[in-house]
Parts: sequence; C-alpha cells; structure tokens
Amino acid sequence: MSSAAYTRTTAEPAWILPSRGRVGMFSLIGAECAIFTIFVVAYIFYIGKSVAGPTPRDVLELPIFSTICLLSSSLTIHLAVGALRRASMSAFGLWWFVTMALGTIFLVSTGREWHHLIYDKGLTVSTNLFGTTYYSLVGLHAFHVTVGLLLIALAMIFTLFGKVEPEHSERAEVFSLYWHFVDVVWVIVFTVVYVIGR
Amino acid sequence: MSSETIALSTVGPDARPIGERLHDWIVTVDHKKLGILYILYALFFLVVAGIEAIIMRIQLIVPHNHFVSPQIFNRMMTMHGTTMIFFMVMPILFGFGTYLIPLMIGARDMAFPRLNAFSFWMTAFGGLLLYFSFIGGNGLYGAGTAPDVGWWAYAPLTARAFSPGHSTDFWTLALLASGVGSIGAGVNFIATILCMRCPGMTLGKMPLLAWLNLVVGGMVIFCISPLTAAQIMLCIDRYLGGHFFDTQAGGSAVLWMHFFWIFGHPEVYILVVPAFAFVSEIVPVFSRKPIFGYPIMVAATIAIGFISFSVWAHHMFTVGMSSYGNSFFVFTTVAIAVPTGIKIFNWLGTMWGGKIQLRVPMLFCIGFLFQFLIAGLTGIMLGTAPFNWQLSGSYFVVAHFHYVIVGGIVFALFGAFYYWYPKMSGRMYNETLGKWHFWLFIIGFHLTFDFMHIPGILGMPRRIYTYEPGRGWEIWNLIVTIGAFFQAAGILVFVVNLLWSLRKGEPAGNDPWDAWTLEWSTSSPPPDYDFAVTPVVRSRRPLWDLKHPEDPDWKYE
Repeated sequence: MSSAAYTRTTAEPAWILPSRGRVGMFSLIGAECAIFTIFVVAYIFYIGKSVAGPTPRDVLELPIFSTICLLSSSLTIHLAVGALRRASMSAFGLWWFVTMALGTIFLVSTGREWHHLIYDKGLTVSTNLFGTTYYSLVGLHAFHVTVGLLLIALAMIFTLFGKVEPEHSERAEVFSLYWHFVDVVWVIVFTVVYVIGR
Repeated sequence: MSSETIALSTVGPDARPIGERLHDWIVTVDHKKLGILYILYALFFLVVAGIEAIIMRIQLIVPHNHFVSPQIFNRMMTMHGTTMIFFMVMPILFGFGTYLIPLMIGARDMAFPRLNAFSFWMTAFGGLLLYFSFIGGNGLYGAGTAPDVGWWAYAPLTARAFSPGHSTDFWTLALLASGVGSIGAGVNFIATILCMRCPGMTLGKMPLLAWLNLVVGGMVIFCISPLTAAQIMLCIDRYLGGHFFDTQAGGSAVLWMHFFWIFGHPEVYILVVPAFAFVSEIVPVFSRKPIFGYPIMVAATIAIGFISFSVWAHHMFTVGMSSYGNSFFVFTTVAIAVPTGIKIFNWLGTMWGGKIQLRVPMLFCIGFLFQFLIAGLTGIMLGTAPFNWQLSGSYFVVAHFHYVIVGGIVFALFGAFYYWYPKMSGRMYNETLGKWHFWLFIIGFHLTFDFMHIPGILGMPRRIYTYEPGRGWEIWNLIVTIGAFFQAAGILVFVVNLLWSLRKGEPAGNDPWDAWTLEWSTSSPPPDYDFAVTPVVRSRRPLWDLKHPEDPDWKYE
C-alpha cells in the first residue's frame, strides 16, 4: 500500500453503510406487520359477531405446548447463528436442526388442531364469521411458519453437504430476523385468538 | 479502491440479432433496463386506459347517447380507474425510481437486482391478468367479462351473488400480484437508498429525488400491504365461502371500505410524492438556483408520509361516522395541506430571482405547480365534512382527483420524461413538438377538468352511463369531451416525439442541461456499470463542485 493511499484513508472517516440484508428484511417485516395488522383488526372487529355457532369458547383449547415449542425455537435459532459466527459448525448444525424440529412440531400441532376443529367440531371457513376469521388469521401465520421452515430445511440440506461456511452468518442472521418476527406474531395471534377472543 | 481503472468499452450500434437483444431485455437484472421496461409497460397502459376514458367521454357527450351499453360503460369505468392507478402511474413512477435512484446516489445497481426484476415481472403479470379478464372472465358460468365493480370494488358488489363469473376474481388477483411486486419495489428502494450511497453522500447530501423515494418506499410497504390483506380476504370470501364482507352472515361491508381506503389514501401520496421529486429536481436546474429550503422539503415529505395514514375516512363521510370521527378526519385532512403548502412555497422560492429557462420540462413543472395548487384547494373543500356531504359521489369529486392525478402527477411525469429523455436515450427530444404537446395537453386538460367541476356542483353523479336532458349538464359534458380529444392529440404528439427523437434527435452528450446531480456525470445512455469509478461527493450538487472548483457548494453547506 502506497503512503499516499494511506494518508487518504486516515484523512477521511471510513464510509460505513447499513447492511442491505438487514434493511431489506426489516422493510419486508414492516410490510408483513401491516398485513397481519389488517387480519388482526378484522378478527377483533368480528369477535362475537357470528350469527351461528360454534363459538370460540365451545371449540378452542389453549395450544400451550406448541406455543412453547415455537417460542423456544427463537432461542435456538439465535444460538445457531451465534455458533455459525464463532465457526463452530457442529453446534450450528445441532441448533439449526432443533429449530427446524421445534417449528415442525408447531406446524403439526396446528394441523392436528385444525383436523379436530373440522372433523369433530364441524368448524370450517364457511361455517360462520369465527371460522372465517380464525382460519384466515391462524392460517396466514401458519403459512409464514411454513415458508420459514422450507428455508430452514434448505439451509439444513446445505449444512449436511458442508456448503455452509462462517461467512454466511450474516445471511443466517437476516433469516433469523424473519423467524423472530414469526414468533412475535404468534404471541399476538395467541393473545387475540385464544385469550381475548375466547 | 478509488484508484481502480476500467477500460471503457466503445459504445456502438448493437449488431446482434434481434432475438438475442430481446432475450437480454427479458432476463435482465440491470436497473436501467428494468426502469425502461417499467416505463414502456406503463406507457402502453396509458394508451389503453386513455382509450377507455375516451369511450366513456363519447358516451357522455350528449344525453341519452347509445355509443356503448351501460354494462360496457361500467367495465370501461372500472378498467380505466384500476389500470391508470395500478398499471400506469405506479409502474411509471417505479420505473423512474429504478432508473434514477442508483445513478443519483452513485451506485452501480439497486440493492437487490433480482428482486427488482421479480417486482417488475409481477407487476407486468398483474396487468396481463387484469386484461385477460376480457377473454377469460366468462368462466364456466358464461357471465361477466371484464370487472365492472368500480376501482374500489365496494362490498357487496364483489359478492358471488352480484358478481358471477370470474370478472372480480381477475381484478382481485391482478391487484394481489401487482401488490406483491410493489412491496418488492418498496423494499428495494429503501435498501438501495440507505445502503448503496457512494462515499460522502450522507443522508443530508442526497438529491431530493432519493429522499422522496425513500419516503415512497416506506409508504409502499405500509400501505400496499393492507390492500394485499384485503384482497386475500376477498379471495377467501369468493373461493372458500368466507364471510368477511358478507352482511347476511354478520360480516361488514363498511370494513372493506376502511381497509380499501387505508390503502387508498396513502396511495394518492405514493403517486404524488415521486411527482414532487421530479419537480424538486427539474425546477432548480431550469431556475439556475439550488433548491430552496432543502431540509424543510425533506421534513415536509416525511410529515406527509406520516399524516397520509390518518386521513383515509375522509372518503367515507357520507357513509356515516360519529361527530368525533368526522372531526378527526377533517382535522387530519386539513393538516396534511400544511406540509404540502410548504413544498409549493419552496418551489416558488427556488424560482424566485432565478434565471428561468422555459424549456419543455420546466413548462410542465410550472403547469404542475399551478394545477396542483388548485387540486389541493378543492381537496380541502372536499375534506370538510359538511361540504363533502353535499358533493361526495358527484362529478366535482371526479374533477378534483383528476386535477391531482392528471394536472399534478401526469404533468410532473411529462416534465420528467423530457428532462431525463436525453439521459435514457442519448438523444435530445424535439423542442417544438414538445411545446405542441404541452400546449395541446394543457388546453385539453383545462377544458376537461375545469369544466367538469360544474356539472358536479349542479348535481351530476359520477359513474352514470347517461343522463336526462334539461338539467343544465349538456353544455358542460360537451366541453369536457372536446377537452379529452385535445389531451389525446397532445399524447399523440408526445409519442411521435419520443419515437422520432429516438432515431433522429440531436446527440445529447453527458449533460445537456448543465445540471448538478450524479446521473449527468456519466455518458448518455449510461454504461452497464453506470460509473467507471465510484464517485465521491462532498455536497448536494456534486457536479457544480466539479464545474466550479473555485466556488464549490461544500464550503457553504
């Protein structure tokens, strides 16, 4: 490095801009927040407005176990990203797999809940307003979990083939922002659907 | 890094076969090509939706006219509104943003080039879906062709019972697809502007166009998403038998109105803020002065961005709200006029004492200033609940929002076209034809939309396909229709000018306007990599600093 270039770098402060991955993901999360807000508003607006049964109190049970699974997956993905940054690949693979397993448990229990509601309780989208808003809101969230799980599974496959390197830690971190967002949305959906709405 | 040298490729005529060149355009992720694709796509729909407007105006030229049937009139009305908003003005603004933002902030591309291509093709696919309804809307029922529910598609018109066939489905899916594209574009704008600026370009030194598009990006992600959500609900209602907007099962038609207008009003500002951005770039250059009140312009834009999310129910005064609701929305509607007024004063302050050059871009900007002011004033009239109760749903409203969209946004857009045409094509447009376009269009505009207010005040409702003679509406409708033909003639001159200048125009050179922002420092049209060397800026007018080293701007900022 020549001395001229050296003086130039010391004379001007370093030009640091925010990471575009993080900014892009935060923007996307902003858009998703707006979508969920509309669905949550519709759910709250229609609480108790159904003209026919069944009501939430008749059919809904608190999904405590799956909620614990989903929320703890936020912690495990955080640990996974931390492990990737430290370049401890086995720890990354382990935590990433646990995250995937926890997310899958959540999705399976949502599926079981829906099966129970549809076949045992006779509640579908077209039954009443509760059915319409419930399946829409919970379904929209489950759709986001599914998209997240597909991406996690893709990264898991790459990990198994040894294609994931510590320099990918920022991408994993950007993805973890999305996963945290999905978890936060579940806290709101849980509160609205299973606590306030029941 | 700054000492890297790049061999400049000589720009010559592209000798490759046409198929290969077209393939380049289809698979491109380059922001300039995608920008031009957006613009061409939008120009096509400008002509299509313009023809739909002409059909409506011919139908209304005399009472009891039989040019088209009421059913066709409803389709024309719906398609004209939907196309102009979603497939003309929005794509054209995204096109200019996509083309100009990286050039203006000294970057080589957008933050996410592939997302950029995805956004464009989603938007294009949306437009295709909407127009496919003319063929496919029949469905298996053999009922309905193009959507005919109006551009805001109030429930229960969209319910299966009132809208059989697939016409409304095409409308919903088209807006869903293009909405996804718009959200992608919004995310890309924000990430590009925040993360791709060249060294030295702090937020306070960005060109106003970049600042205003940053605000637009934020508004897009927060206001298009509610529309997307509402369209998903409508799909659930229509396909899965849901009851969101089904009043017989306890659903609410008013909820759709709220959801639509939570999108609908910020949308107006999504359309107009990029127009502000064009004017903020063009007026200083043709007044030979830096923009007056740069920080205030930024602050006013951000204020507009925030307030625009709290004014939506002024579209619903006649639906019926509590007096508190009415008062709140009257207050916010009047409040948003304050930052908008500040902007008008700043542009006037920029022109004040400047050496004004009345080239075509500047003519359009002056037209914008005058017309946007009047549009704002009728907006305040309509934003006042008692006045709104009298005139809501009349031609006065139609005249008002066309004053905003045509008199404001489209005039600024034409200004932008003429201003950046030399940069995009490498050739100058024809100044005489440009002036013909301006005068034909402004005469047509005022004939149409000035006189459209009057039948509104006389009680003519919007969206009627014909009317009774003897109510004093005939002469005004005649004038309005004649004006529409003047506008069409202006557009024709514009298209001829674009095509003619593309082949025969004078070579423009890098900087035909002696302008100050970075896009004029590179060749016209810019090379694939935009800048051979990443520029370093020290002020808001980097090219001024370059041309006037004895008196640079950075000494004073």
